[in-house]
Amino acid sequence: MRRILIPLLAACAAAGLAGTLYLVFYVTKLEQNLFFNQKIFYWHVPNWFMLFSMVFLCGGASIGYLVKRDPKWDDVAHAAGELAVLFGAIGLVTGSIWGKAAWGHWWIWELRLTTSLILWLTMLGYALVRRFAGPGSEPLCAGLAIFGMVNVPLVYFAVKLADKLGQASAHPKAKVVAQLDASMKGTFWLSVLTFAAVCALLFLVRIDAIRDARRLRAVRERGLDAGILEP
Amino acid sequence: MPGRALPTAPAADAVPASCSAAVGRRTTAPVGTLRLVAAVAGKDLKVELRSREILYTMALFAAVIVVVFSFSFVKDQKALVAAVPGVAWAAVVFAGTIGLGRAFEREREGDTMRALLLSPAPRLAIFAGKTVAIALLVVAVEAVVLPLCLLFFNVDLGAAVLDLVLVLVLGAIGFAIVGTVFAAMLLRIQSRDVLLPVVLYPILVPMIMSGTKATAAILAANDADAWFWIKFLAAYDCVFTIVALWTFEALVIE
Repeated sequence: MRRILIPLLAACAAAGLAGTLYLVFYVTKLEQNLFFNQKIFYWHVPNWFMLFSMVFLCGGASIGYLVKRDPKWDDVAHAAGELAVLFGAIGLVTGSIWGKAAWGHWWIWELRLTTSLILWLTMLGYALVRRFAGPGSEPLCAGLAIFGMVNVPLVYFAVKLADKLGQASAHPKAKVVAQLDASMKGTFWLSVLTFAAVCALLFLVRIDAIRDARRLRAVRERGLDAGILEP
Repeated sequence: MPGRALPTAPAADAVPASCSAAVGRRTTAPVGTLRLVAAVAGKDLKVELRSREILYTMALFAAVIVVVFSFSFVKDQKALVAAVPGVAWAAVVFAGTIGLGRAFEREREGDTMRALLLSPAPRLAIFAGKTVAIALLVVAVEAVVLPLCLLFFNVDLGAAVLDLVLVLVLGAIGFAIVGTVFAAMLLRIQSRDVLLPVVLYPILVPMIMSGTKATAAILAANDADAWFWIKFLAAYDCVFTIVALWTFEALVIE
């Protein structure tokens, strides 16, 4: 099953990336107000979609792990947490490029930007803990993911309320997707599907590696306990 | 470990029977749990007051931060009042992290956290007791930071200083709740000293943000905004108290 699925997803992702790039630059119309700058939106927004789905997958799997104590849930949370860092990084970079073109600044302290930066930092901390905390850190990682997930709405409302007392938000709202031209909308959703394929592909490959590493550790420990392996 | 545990096993059978009966009777009432919380907090504070190691190092560290920042923001031989909220909260959070790390390092050195968790006291009481002790330490640090900030930045608040005290106490409680969960989880983990601030600060962002906003509003004598942010800070404390109580039991497993 997985032998077919991974090459299939890889082919879909490659074709999708090439296809959306062609559509973005040669087929879709120029946006009325933003002109060429708007093109980055086809990559920027799907990446944030993937980040948020990976964060919620990570948080949900962490709750599952704490309830069931099954290492499978922990593997899912691990892979999802790492992918969240990756897609967040792409989203931040593409967002900065857009911000420089549209607002004249690489970064402003705006509602969505601040919230997503804090979320990304939380996930970066999560990835660091995964990498450096060593064995026995699974409950800590699960706790970190849950606290991070609960924190997102708090950060969002804190910044929103601070903004309300200050200036209005400059970032486009979610409803712009509904107002897109038909060709733009089609390209946008194709791009979302492409990044979903990239995300699923990376997730499957990563979770296999994580599971194999965990099994290898378990086998090694059993070997050490039985006295077959040298420490 | 097994070698040490086995010989005591028959005796251990008899002891918890009376022990858990006594504690079971006590913990059924909320008063009993409160007594356990006070016992854990009292133990931590008594250990600390004998050496005063954490208290002195935290207070000095916070004072140094305030001094360094206040001369970093000097203009025409006066420190900028606009920098007060940021300086005060950075000092509290940085010094708090030092105290937090050291308080749990002490438990680790004596392996006393295991003893605490093995005791028949509910995890909730241990968590609350440690949180109270950490919160009191942070409040003690704030008692150093606040006058220093007012002194170096030439601020005269009058009666509004009581609002600022309320903000700082709420911040100390929030810091202690989240910090205790994370420090307790990190207890058995490699490189816990560097990982603690890395994982703790992003979670503290809403607290630091509302704390600085409330402080700025109090300095600007804007009562409506100040109360708004004080309520937000209280909401933050409540949300993470609930999450911590839900998760502490599952997260801190020996």
